[in-house]
Amino acid sequence: MITIPCPYCGPRNTSEFRYVGEQGSRPDPNRTTPAEWRSYLYTQSNEAGWVAETWWHGSGCRRYLIVERHTVTNEVRTIQPSAVHPRHCLRHEADSGEELTAERDPA
Amino acid sequence: MRRRNGPRGASRYSAFDLVRHGVSGSRWPSVWRARDLQPSYDVVVIGGGVHGLATAYYLADHHGITNVAVLEKSYLGSGASGRNTAIIRSNYLTPEGVRFYDRSLKLYQTLAADLNFNVMFSRRGHLTLAHNDSSVRTMRWRAEVNKLEGIESEVIGPSEIKKLVPYLDTSGGVRYPILGALYHPPGGTIRHDAVVWGYARAADALGVHLHQKTEVTEIDVSSDRVVGVRTNQGSIATSVVVNCTAGWSSLISKMAGVEMPIKTFPLQAAVTEPVRPFLHAVVVSGTLHVYVNQTDRGELVFGASVDPFPSYSMRGSLEFTEGVAGDLLELMPSLAAMRVLRQWAGLCDVTPDFSPIMGPTPVTGFYVDVGWGTYGFKAAPVAGEAIAQLIATKETPKLIAGFDLARFSEDRLVAEKGAAAVGH
Repeated sequence: MITIPCPYCGPRNTSEFRYVGEQGSRPDPNRTTPAEWRSYLYTQSNEAGWVAETWWHGSGCRRYLIVERHTVTNEVRTIQPSAVHPRHCLRHEADSGEELTAERDPA
Repeated sequence: MRRRNGPRGASRYSAFDLVRHGVSGSRWPSVWRARDLQPSYDVVVIGGGVHGLATAYYLADHHGITNVAVLEKSYLGSGASGRNTAIIRSNYLTPEGVRFYDRSLKLYQTLAADLNFNVMFSRRGHLTLAHNDSSVRTMRWRAEVNKLEGIESEVIGPSEIKKLVPYLDTSGGVRYPILGALYHPPGGTIRHDAVVWGYARAADALGVHLHQKTEVTEIDVSSDRVVGVRTNQGSIATSVVVNCTAGWSSLISKMAGVEMPIKTFPLQAAVTEPVRPFLHAVVVSGTLHVYVNQTDRGELVFGASVDPFPSYSMRGSLEFTEGVAGDLLELMPSLAAMRVLRQWAGLCDVTPDFSPIMGPTPVTGFYVDVGWGTYGFKAAPVAGEAIAQLIATKETPKLIAGFDLARFSEDRLVAEKGAAAVGH
């Protein structure tokens, strides 16, 4: 079983979560070039190592989380709440989770 | 190019040979030889799976290019080539896909004779079940595309399905009733390890060097041109490198400075204890995310869709076994007493349009045969043949022209999501 230590719910099985995608910035649609936009759509780092990702705890607290996971061992190093819904943010600021973690004590 | 004698230079297997070795108990000769790594090769193939070995074999056999090295970081066939469920078919959705996979099926049909190696080709009939109206519509679409390309493929109803696979629950009073199926008689199975060994033996006999436990650490590129490859066993000078590394392909491409639109997902499969033959056809349900066939030994091999998140881990999960067993019992309730023997996972390099990426890259001399997702095994012979032709002639064969890397920057995606895999 692969567990993800949710800051709200504690360690939970991955089957409770939905993988959303790698962390990355979405180019501004009004200013981007077709090449940049295609790269945003299609290209991922696909690293074999530590990758920062967004996960959604759908069967738990229903929060979006920024998870740093090792893609070979599936070990999770850090996890923090995502500032906003990933589809609505132009940029995920990894450090902006600080004020949100203060909202409720991590389990 | 067809020969019935197997590759030149290899000792020939025959029934007489089998009896002789059986009676005398003498050892069989090695199927391929261990060689010393040479300082330079005309072509370096990265990845000793079925795609890499087929590429090397066709380079040597069809084009006389024998100064070729196949580099494998583990043992031959240790990746997805030895981990797939060995199903072959050509009933795809796009005309490009259908033509391509049909050529592969035809090469597989005569492979045992061509390689003088029993690859246990078995024509079973392939059934893709439809559980709702939209699936039936897609099946009709596929059947028509298939027929236009000259492939045996038709939509059949529950009573005909019941005749082909009596153990399927076609009663209709279930959550996912079987409304029809796309029936593809030429589909079937083949022994995947035997295909790897057959290609390896034939390539070795033609002079190709197979280097196991040789891991590529760097690819040397000078002014957008491949000049060499560095491995944990030493450096090689070469002007042509082919990337055939499936799940690891984006990492290898990155060494040459080529970005790939690829995500690596584990795909799991499992096998039950052997029972008497009762299931002749290959049965697939896209809605239930399950496919099953019975091997010649009597085991049921079943698989599902890729894991729900990307990973390079090849550990199995309980969620998979539970899920796929439940789905299988939905189709064939009488299998409830069957016991699972083992499960495993392989890595799939999935592309945005569920079609492979084959051909040249912006780096001269660096070719890719990747993006094979969950459908790489059935395409190995044709991919190897086409890539070998591309390297030998420097011209992209028509059969793979639509599958180039440039399609992602020119908006020419080949959308095979509807027929390439289950449950995406």
